[in-house]
Amino acid sequence: MKTSAQRLWNITIVGLKAILRNKMRSLLTMLGIVIGVGCVIVVVAIGNGATKSIQDTINSLGTNFIMIFPGTTTQGGARMFSGSSTLTIEDADAIKAECPAVAYVSPNLRTSAQTVAGELNWGTSVYGVGVDWPFIRSWNTSDGSFFTDSDVRAGAKVAVLGATVAENLFPQGNPVGQIVRIKNVPFKVVGVLDRKGGSTMGQDQDDQIIAPYTTVMKRLMGQNKLSMLYASAASPEQVQEAQDQIDALLRQRHRIAPGGDADFMMRSQEEIAKTNEQQMGILKTLLLSIAGISLLIGGIGIMNIMLVSVTERTREIGIRMAIGAKGRHVLLQFLFEAITLSIVGGLLGVLVGVGFSSLVAKILKWPIFVSFDSIVIAFAVAAIVGVFFGFYPARKAAKLDPIDALRYE
Amino acid sequence: MARPVIEIRELTKVYTMGEVEVRALDGIDFVVEEGDFVAVMGPSGSGKSTLMNIVGCLDRPSGGLYKLDGIDVSTLNRDERAVIRNAKIGFVFQSFNLLARTSAVENVELPLLYGELGWSGAERRKAALASLHRVGLAGREGNHPSQLSGGQQQRVAIARALVTDPAILLADEPTGNLDSRTSEEIMGIFQELNDSGKTVVLITHEPDIAQFAKRIISVRDGRIQHDDRIDQHRVERRGIEAPVQAARKNG
Repeated sequence: MKTSAQRLWNITIVGLKAILRNKMRSLLTMLGIVIGVGCVIVVVAIGNGATKSIQDTINSLGTNFIMIFPGTTTQGGARMFSGSSTLTIEDADAIKAECPAVAYVSPNLRTSAQTVAGELNWGTSVYGVGVDWPFIRSWNTSDGSFFTDSDVRAGAKVAVLGATVAENLFPQGNPVGQIVRIKNVPFKVVGVLDRKGGSTMGQDQDDQIIAPYTTVMKRLMGQNKLSMLYASAASPEQVQEAQDQIDALLRQRHRIAPGGDADFMMRSQEEIAKTNEQQMGILKTLLLSIAGISLLIGGIGIMNIMLVSVTERTREIGIRMAIGAKGRHVLLQFLFEAITLSIVGGLLGVLVGVGFSSLVAKILKWPIFVSFDSIVIAFAVAAIVGVFFGFYPARKAAKLDPIDALRYE
Repeated sequence: MARPVIEIRELTKVYTMGEVEVRALDGIDFVVEEGDFVAVMGPSGSGKSTLMNIVGCLDRPSGGLYKLDGIDVSTLNRDERAVIRNAKIGFVFQSFNLLARTSAVENVELPLLYGELGWSGAERRKAALASLHRVGLAGREGNHPSQLSGGQQQRVAIARALVTDPAILLADEPTGNLDSRTSEEIMGIFQELNDSGKTVVLITHEPDIAQFAKRIISVRDGRIQHDDRIDQHRVERRGIEAPVQAARKNG
């Protein structure tokens, strides 16, 4: 046993020396694997980071969260997406009053507007919502307070600013009590929202103004259709129950027969998360297959160079065989060379991947999450690629006839 | 009579090229005893290269018997022949066949890497240095082939052939790439190794070089034409440490 272990070690050394004799070629051979492995790690890191940040945002909606959208309408047998909303304020009030599993309901409509305070102006989104909104979104004010039910009923010109808006319009601070002109209508600032930070897909959640929906309808939009309803179930366990109750109620109010097409749609936070997960899954598969292809190309690069190397070193193989190397020894030598190249390439690739990921995180400020799994998998695949693509050239070398190989010029 | 190292009986080698059968060897018989120095001569196409390949266990005969150091090697498979080559045969080639970008001592160590004995690194180094010393290359161990003259490269090759202490040294035109001065030096080394008991088989087409052997076998058309013992063979005593040897002889 000692002798065969010694011999295996000897062959290992032979392979290593061959790599070191040709440093430049070895380096170029490894490059494909380095890029392949690095690619896998960076891609997975970016994918994971994006998934995680979107997931965080969706989670921040709260587990009780339910969204109700206006849906398709049927007119004379033709189904279409209705231009004007099928949801009304009365629907919102009815849900709140008649669905026991629903704790909060808020109408929701959005417009964008240029806002002015003193000499500063800022373009942002203005949302018209009800008093339940802060409870549904679990979003408190850091300064001042939210508007009240009487503000809503009166259509008072009051507004709550998102942190980004407050910063841009009132850089000196203390916006509460000041006046903001939205589409030239003066609104009194009653509060500033907590900073949520964490933007998703480049969207800053703090860049918005919240006002009573009545005011937004009358003063800013001149219409009374809702773009959607936000609702919140009484508890996470009651989300399904709440959805069923809302569905039944809205069907009854909109006079839709059971089984008929509803003119509204509902999504719970869980469903939104699931849809998102599916989309991210597709994205990840796509990125991974690109990375996989680059690994494959790296492997073919190794095979290519190993084949050239075998041809170039035919004479050497002949010499080794003449002085007693068996086919197996030559096979092991070349296989070992290929595996070493791919493993070292894999290691370099891990370094490059992790380094590049943190660079992306630092410079582009993308959320990056390097997973240990991706490192292990990329590395293992690199090693397997080495064995797989190293085997054919190695076998070719081992099958050479020593007489021909010695004569090869 | 000394122990036979090579015993060849009715050896044939037939190549089929399409329809045509070529009998490269057509019934060869000879015996080489331990300590002999045999030159195999013949023009190109005579079958001497085929004979050398079979004697060197690189190829298998089509028929007949070949015993090397008492072992019937005529029916061995590829791997078994590799083991025999490693243990019993020391090759010296016309074009030296050293590994480029590899030091002299590492070249000499090479056969020990593949040996059945499993030499350790330190053992290999020691044996290789001793072998290099034996061919007069002490002090050149670290040089790469490109840093050595043709004669020195051939000495490294001889050291490599010797390192496993083989039953025969098999030299295939060892002086073919060397000038006459260096050729004589190299032949001197073979003679000295032969004097110390090594069996040497030399393949050559140069009559001058064949004269250094003790016995000449001439091959033509796949058969042995002559098999002569030379009583007055050329002696070259300037192989190893040439100047010292020459001085001793003159004094």
